[in-house]
Amino acid sequence: MGSITLKNVSKAFGAHAVIPSIDLDIDDGEFVVFVGPSGCGKSTLLRLIAGLEDVSGGEIVIDGKNATDLPPAKRGLSMVFQSYALYPHMSVRGNIAFPLKMMGEDKAVIDKKVADAARVLNLTDYLDRKPRQLSGGQRQRVAIGRAIVRQPEAFLFDEPLSNLDAALRVNMRLEISQLHQQLKTTMIYVTHDQVEAMTMADKIVVLNRGRIEQVGSPLELYHRPDNLFVAGFIGSPKMNFVSGAPAAMHQAHTIGVRPEHLVLSKERGTWRGTVGVAEHLGSDTFLHVNADGIGTMTARVSGDFAVTHGDQVFLTPDPQRVHRFDETGMAIR
Amino acid sequence: MATLHTRSAARLMMAPSVLLLLAWMIVPLSMTIYFSLLRYNLLMPGMEEFAGLSNYTYFLTDPAFFQAIFNTLAIVLGVLFITVVGGIGLALLLDQPMFGQGIVRILVIAPFLIMPTVAALVWKNMFMNPVNGIFAWLAKLFGLQPFDFLANAPLFSIILIVAWQWLPFATLILLTALQSLDEEQKEAAQMDGAGALSRFIYLILPHLSRAITVVILIQTIFLLSVFAEILVTTNGGPGTQSTNLTFLVYAQALLQFDVGGASAGGIIAVILANIVAFFLMRMIGKTLEA
Repeated sequence: MGSITLKNVSKAFGAHAVIPSIDLDIDDGEFVVFVGPSGCGKSTLLRLIAGLEDVSGGEIVIDGKNATDLPPAKRGLSMVFQSYALYPHMSVRGNIAFPLKMMGEDKAVIDKKVADAARVLNLTDYLDRKPRQLSGGQRQRVAIGRAIVRQPEAFLFDEPLSNLDAALRVNMRLEISQLHQQLKTTMIYVTHDQVEAMTMADKIVVLNRGRIEQVGSPLELYHRPDNLFVAGFIGSPKMNFVSGAPAAMHQAHTIGVRPEHLVLSKERGTWRGTVGVAEHLGSDTFLHVNADGIGTMTARVSGDFAVTHGDQVFLTPDPQRVHRFDETGMAIR
Repeated sequence: MATLHTRSAARLMMAPSVLLLLAWMIVPLSMTIYFSLLRYNLLMPGMEEFAGLSNYTYFLTDPAFFQAIFNTLAIVLGVLFITVVGGIGLALLLDQPMFGQGIVRILVIAPFLIMPTVAALVWKNMFMNPVNGIFAWLAKLFGLQPFDFLANAPLFSIILIVAWQWLPFATLILLTALQSLDEEQKEAAQMDGAGALSRFIYLILPHLSRAITVVILIQTIFLLSVFAEILVTTNGGPGTQSTNLTFLVYAQALLQFDVGGASAGGIIAVILANIVAFFLMRMIGKTLEA
């Protein structure tokens, strides 16, 4: 079914190698998220899989068949674009039916499949509207509808939620996850938002400068990051990094402690500091503490821990949860 | 303009320009209407007298009039067809990434910058001339009899010349429209399995529809009054085979010195142009709204 394998895939634009070389296995039915900072090559990688860009080297195997030189339509993949890329002059019905029409399906079959997709996505009442008469979330659903009617081997999502407002984004995130449970089709999802990656993925691929930094389940990446980059990228707020003497005590070049693994006390602790900014979220409070001799550290405490700007606090890292890294930035285990 | 005060002030400020424009339009129009009701021939000065609607009767029953109406329509429709179809084709070609794109685009626009009389003379003497023209040379190369375009197919020749002049305009408008087509839409269509032809029919053509209507509207306005190309090539002939309405009015006024008849023809041309404009605006209003 929808398994995808990348063997030694590389991509260069002129002399500039965007992706030096990537090997990756994606199993059938998996929800894989490519995450990384902007310009890390995640979208390029997705477009290589889609066939919208030609690979400079290597092999792409989809469903056991070599698809490296196949045109996009022949790969059996569907894509949801960042701008949705709906056809503006066609109704919602026309948009969803378009891929079926191109496949030369029967009129009756098309009508049935469009109706089914519209029901799944709650679009039945909007079938005769034009895209510009729809809200952002509805447009997004039409784009997904256009992708699912083809019953592809795998879905590709290119930052599909970045044009939506925050509340809607959380909603659509849930809807896409539910859709995945329902369809059980392979999905590849590109985002720069690590929260989206953590909440949706079966497997996260962290990319940086065209290289895979680490592949693993969300919790694996959270608990056992391979290197400084992954440790800093996954988790919000960011992990605190400390180097020098305090790190040497843990026999490491750098140590990392997540804000939620710092114990705060007003009386005693390992590191002393003053509270710079306190961000009260209600349930939690994020404290930006200027620790003496270390620098700014972020700590996450329960919302009823009462401190304000200028207060003196003590920070103690949970010894079980300290991540240790060597000079090259790799984790010491 | 929010308040009553600012609104009346605005009206006061606009009044001079509105009045000027109104006078600018009304004076020539009413004079033309006045002349069209006179027996007014430049060869018989001082003998003007009121003639009622006889000028209109003469003009409308002139067999040249129907020929002119037909020729006007043929020029408008023929040129529109060539420029829209050719413009889409050229725009599609120029949209492809290629070496020397900038220079090629400037070359394509060049014909539009050449004044009509010069363009028509170039075509007449260097392309269509049965002795020295390139077409004649080509025909002789293949051992064929050179074809005298302007004598044997005068209307077609004029359509060809005018179309050559307007093709860059259509190409330019359509090219800019084409470049505004979202790249992701094209890619989405590609993913959906649409081939090049399907992408053209379902994506590119609907996207261009607005630009095409703009091209049709603007060109129609100018094509109704093609004159210079006819004057320097065929002079409306042979006979009246290439006379359009504009040229007929010119011939009436300045070749036959019949100012009254020409004025009547001018008024008829104005009425016909308004009828065309009415249908055009209805057609275009629909597309531009959508």
